Amino acid sequence: MRYLSDIGSFAIMIVEVFKKPTKWRMMKTLILKEIDELIFGSLGIIIFISFFIGAVVTIQTALNLTNPIIPRNLIGFTTRQSVILEFAPTFVSIIMAGKVGSYITSSIGTMRVTEQIDALDVMGVNSLNYLVFPKIIAMLLYPFAIAISMYVGIFGGWIAGVLGGFLTSADFVEGLKLDFIPFHITYAFIKTLVFALIIATVPSFHGFYMKGGALEVGKASTTAFVWTSVVIVIANYVLTQLLLS
Amino acid sequence: MIEVDHIHKSFDDAHILKGVTTVFDTGKTNLIIGQSGSGKTVFLKCLLGLFSPEEGSICYDGKRYEQLTPKEQRNLRQEMGMVFQGSALFDGMTVEGNVMFPLEMFTKQSKSEMQDRVDLVLKRVNLIDAHHKYPSEISGGMQKRVAIARAIVMNPQYLFCDEPNSGLDPRTAIIIDNLIKEITEEFNITTVINTHDMNSVMEIGEKILFLKDGLKEWEGTKHEIFKTDNEAVTNFVYSSELFKKVRQMYIEERN
Repeated sequence: MRYLSDIGSFAIMIVEVFKKPTKWRMMKTLILKEIDELIFGSLGIIIFISFFIGAVVTIQTALNLTNPIIPRNLIGFTTRQSVILEFAPTFVSIIMAGKVGSYITSSIGTMRVTEQIDALDVMGVNSLNYLVFPKIIAMLLYPFAIAISMYVGIFGGWIAGVLGGFLTSADFVEGLKLDFIPFHITYAFIKTLVFALIIATVPSFHGFYMKGGALEVGKASTTAFVWTSVVIVIANYVLTQLLLS
Repeated sequence: MIEVDHIHKSFDDAHILKGVTTVFDTGKTNLIIGQSGSGKTVFLKCLLGLFSPEEGSICYDGKRYEQLTPKEQRNLRQEMGMVFQGSALFDGMTVEGNVMFPLEMFTKQSKSEMQDRVDLVLKRVNLIDAHHKYPSEISGGMQKRVAIARAIVMNPQYLFCDEPNSGLDPRTAIIIDNLIKEITEEFNITTVINTHDMNSVMEIGEKILFLKDGLKEWEGTKHEIFKTDNEAVTNFVYSSELFKKVRQMYIEERN
């Protein structure tokens, strides 16, 4: 029953976010600040993780393809498919649910605890629009971060494959081009966009409606991470079923 | 003037406000006192429009909040200033940014006009050199003054303060009390203060409302509170030996 009530509250929150917009002059600054914090502030970790994930996928594939009949370029193919279809959009999004999600929940939750949200409400500001809308808009740039993740992941795979002596550079590049379906990129970006909206809104919900003090802010951040990850995983399944099968 | 007529407010099974009726006059510092759990904060939040009472009405100079259109409600909110218990300053903004925030949000003033207004109100609350400091870099007393400056920057008709003295040393508390009283008289606004501080009651309580278990138990002035026989009020206000002696001296002086 509580979950149903939370889903209802979440839906109401989303409607409120788009009502009574904040002045554009102020909103512009807020959006730029959030882009800096949520997107540019995450690029470092995204690049780091993607590089090593790509490298590990390549090594794992190479080590498991021991049959000499199987062409070596399949390693490049597998790396491309794994990184583009799952590792970059889904795995990185779950990492972002932790990094960006906990930042969103704790920053909004702290504002709730210290009555800053009440201060906005008393002034007549739509606090949900002021706090959540810039995050949603900033997260629309998230697919660009995931595009970088895809590129770096494949680059990491190439480095690990070639330097590790598992295959030649030509084999890897040939594998990358093998049976390439452009729709897979579209599918990955559609997923990414949905995950971006989930990462922006679910933690905001947990921060905005939290009650209590500093301890509860910590608990809300953990809960937000768990629920954001759960929703991402479910959305991933649903979107894959709808778009690829 | 704020007229409160028989308001009720409940949360789940807890009936917090049980029909409070009172009037807060313009140009006066109106104090709400009472023990913890008496409904003071809920009452103040009802006055602010953050909670909607289930029964009864609140009229702001004849305007009943629930009967106003959303736009009129927003306009009315802009006539309200609020000083929160913990100041509620925006962490990411400087003192100047905090005070300028309502002007940037709701007015079409130029940057220089806003700057002039901010300088004026910061000077009024005796904060001259703190424009570019962040809330974490200034003392609790200075934070309260910034909160007061932010609350009055839009020239409000109504000023609400939730325990403005909490966490302050006695001297700073008196300075903040006097500042609120001066501003109330200077700008002729309706000020409502929620407080536990008996010094504030004695110093600036032009009208005092005592709440007990969600009901109005007593109301009067700071002079009348010395003479009252209401047991709940005397038990609460004169719980310390110091205030008992102050009361005794006051009565002896009058006799």
